[in-house]
Amino acid sequence: MRLLLALFLLCLSALPGRTEEVVLGLSTDKVAITTSFNGSEILIFGAIKRETPIKDEPLEIVITVAGPSDPVLVRRKAHRYGMWINTDAVMVDAAPSFYAVATTGPLRQVLSQTEDLRHKISIERAIRSVGAPDNIRDSARFTDALIRIRDDHGLYQELEGTVAFDQQTLFRTAIDMPADLTEGDYSTRIFLTRGGAVVSQYETVINVRKVGLERWLYVLSRQHAVLYGLLSLTIAIVAGWGASAGFSLLRNR
Amino acid sequence: MQTYLPVAEVSVNALLLLGLGGLVGILSGMFGVGGGFLITPLLFFIGVPPSVAVATGANQIVASSFSAVLAHFRKRTVDLSMGTVLLVGGLSGSALGVWIFNYLKSLGQVDLLVSLCYVVFLGIIGGLMFIESLNALRKAHRQGPSKPARRRPRTLIHALPFKMRFRASGQYMSVIPPLLVGFAVGILSAIMGVGGGFIMVPAMIYLLGMPTKVVVGTSLFQIIFVTAFTTMLHAVTNQTVDIVLAVYLILGGVIGAQIGAQIGLKLKAEQLRVLLAAMVLAVCAKLALDLLIEPGELYNLSKVGAM
Repeated sequence: MRLLLALFLLCLSALPGRTEEVVLGLSTDKVAITTSFNGSEILIFGAIKRETPIKDEPLEIVITVAGPSDPVLVRRKAHRYGMWINTDAVMVDAAPSFYAVATTGPLRQVLSQTEDLRHKISIERAIRSVGAPDNIRDSARFTDALIRIRDDHGLYQELEGTVAFDQQTLFRTAIDMPADLTEGDYSTRIFLTRGGAVVSQYETVINVRKVGLERWLYVLSRQHAVLYGLLSLTIAIVAGWGASAGFSLLRNR
Repeated sequence: MQTYLPVAEVSVNALLLLGLGGLVGILSGMFGVGGGFLITPLLFFIGVPPSVAVATGANQIVASSFSAVLAHFRKRTVDLSMGTVLLVGGLSGSALGVWIFNYLKSLGQVDLLVSLCYVVFLGIIGGLMFIESLNALRKAHRQGPSKPARRRPRTLIHALPFKMRFRASGQYMSVIPPLLVGFAVGILSAIMGVGGGFIMVPAMIYLLGMPTKVVVGTSLFQIIFVTAFTTMLHAVTNQTVDIVLAVYLILGGVIGAQIGAQIGLKLKAEQLRVLLAAMVLAVCAKLALDLLIEPGELYNLSKVGAM
């Protein structure tokens, strides 16, 4: 039934042709992680290009920014033998390291369940969890915990009503990226919806990269691990000797 | 002042890191412990991933121990021959320890085992040391200035073969007990991710009968090599050593270690032991409470094969 409905909606949105399209601007398409990196704010703005007059039913906008996805192991502690220890664990197959969804209004109003399911827009849908082991009945709690923990760290953000939309044409929003960012391609999607159905979508990528010293050290630690280890030890020994020599100089003066 | 750590992939306050390093450095210089049992939990607390905290903590301990051992060399309070014997045992022990660690990891629950190891060993050692050194303090107080050292009774230890003279410690004994002590501490330090000073120091005092002043320098000497070995192992196999984090901790640490060594020379041996015991017990209590009290967040996340 859902599938039929989805197909129906698909046809409906496809019928009139792409009469409304997004023209996008980004304050930056590269985020450089330097030594003093302390988070970054990205301004996403744009306009709607139309070849037909503005329709009566208002257009809504949903913007998502997603960091690279990785599997995450969620563990739960339980009271055993008088201690709190990790017992159950659920593997979440793919969870974005960062995810923000900004909208012009309440998410449930601007986007139907079916469309959410299809485009994986809300945070719950952006996480892919295939299945839990048989002995765990409440696997949904593990996914909830994942969202709650990352939400607390500012890594997952649900920003309802934060997209400013003027004259059904110009839109803009700002997304705060926290300091604890992972490197990678952050896919940025903009959906135009009308009555909960997606009428147009646009996709681009924000590059998040370590630069300069950060980049050099990271690559060295991965590709020349022995050299990197020796470098760490050399720094340690030299610093240790330096402090000792410095202090004995100070004392003997 | 925020700084981004390239390997840990988190941003932390640089001044906080300097302070942490300094604090642990002072302890390291005073007591001859590497401070791994303190720095690692403290790094978890400020949000550094555990694997990075353990590996980078080891690197920091190399620096602070090296700085402190130089200060002890100048005071001639390092027993090199004893240190070398302990080290031979220690390195082979830590190789076995790494193997045990990986085996436990394949079984799961390695976190719990590490915590339990900490609680049990810190508890036993801290408790024993606290009682013993309090008694010593009270005795010293009652009887006035130090009486001449009583000769230790001859025990089984003195009947063992392969005797060697350890001049700085004033000992003539078999190499077997120090080798075994080094080996046992090596195993534990690899499992617990620490230099092992807090186990080594009491073992040298109570098991090998070495004078406290020599114990600190000798323990530091041995810790340098064990933690350097651990650092290399982590850098090569897990790639979890964060140089930027290490530099901040080291900067604070080496300065702290110098200050600590000066303070240590001014305090009486018994006072030093009471302080160390109190600190070991405090960390033990904290770790035990973490296991016993219901945590605020029952769930925790760990990344799998993110590389």
